[in-house]
Amino acid sequence: MDSQHLNPSSLKSRFTARFLRALIKINAQKPISSSSPREIFQRYRRIKVAADKSMAYSVRSRRTWSRATLWKLRSRSRRRLASSGRRSSIKTRTTTTTTTTTTSTNHRAAIVEKTSHEKENKEDHVGLAVQAEELRELVPGGESMDLCNLLDETAHYIKCLTTQVQVMKKIANLYSLE
Amino acid sequence: MSSRRSRQSTAGVSRISDDQIIELVSKLQQLLPEIRDRRSDKVSASKVLQETCNYIRSLHREVDDLSERLSQLLATIDADSAEAAIIRSLIM
Repeated sequence: MDSQHLNPSSLKSRFTARFLRALIKINAQKPISSSSPREIFQRYRRIKVAADKSMAYSVRSRRTWSRATLWKLRSRSRRRLASSGRRSSIKTRTTTTTTTTTTSTNHRAAIVEKTSHEKENKEDHVGLAVQAEELRELVPGGESMDLCNLLDETAHYIKCLTTQVQVMKKIANLYSLE
Repeated sequence: MSSRRSRQSTAGVSRISDDQIIELVSKLQQLLPEIRDRRSDKVSASKVLQETCNYIRSLHREVDDLSERLSQLLATIDADSAEAAIIRSLIM
C-alpha cells in the first residue's frame, strides 16, 4: 500500500500534493496568533472545502461524482462573488457559462431520462429503490444516475473518500507531533 | 429480493440486467469493512446498499472531524517547516 506513495501520478499523491498546497495557502491567509473560535470555524470550513476540492480535482472530470462536485463548488463560489457585488464576477460567469449550460442541460436531460428509466427499474429492483434513493443523496450527482451508474460511481467515490481520510489523518498526526 | 427474470426491453429502452446489478453490488460489498470482515456471503443487496449509505456518512463525518482537527492544529504550528517533514514521511 505504501508503495503507492512512490508513484507521483497515483490518486493519493495527486490529492496529497494539492491538499498540502491548499493548507499552506489557508495558513498564510491569517496570522498564526489569531485563533478565535470564529476564525477556527472559518478555517475548518476552508479546509473541508479544500479537501473535497482537492480530491475532485485529482479525479478531474473522469467521473460523474467528481464533475458534480466541481460544478457545485464553482457555482457556489460564483454565487458568493455575485452577492458580494464584485464586478469581476461577470467576467468569470461569461467564460464559464458554456460549461454550466452544457452541464445543466445534461443534468436536465439525464433527469428526464431517469424518470422514464426509473419506473422500469423500480419494478425490477423494488427492494433496492429505497436504499438507492438514500444513496443518491449521498453521492454527488447521484440524482441523475441510473442504478447501474450509481453503484459504479459509489464504489469509486468510496475509494476516493477512504484515500482522502487516510491522507488527512496522516497529515493531522504529523502536525500534532510538531 | 433478487429476481432472476430477465425481461425483454420495452419501447427500445435498454434494460439493466439483474446480473449486472448483482455484480456491482458484490463489488461494493468488498469495499465495506463491516460486511467484508464478517465474511458472510449471504448478504442481501438492500443490506449492502444500506451499509454503503452508513459507511459514506461515517466517512463524511471523519472528513469533518479531521478538518476541524487540522484547523486547530494549523493555528498552532508553522506550516512551512512541517510541509517538508510531511512530504518526506509520505514519500518514504
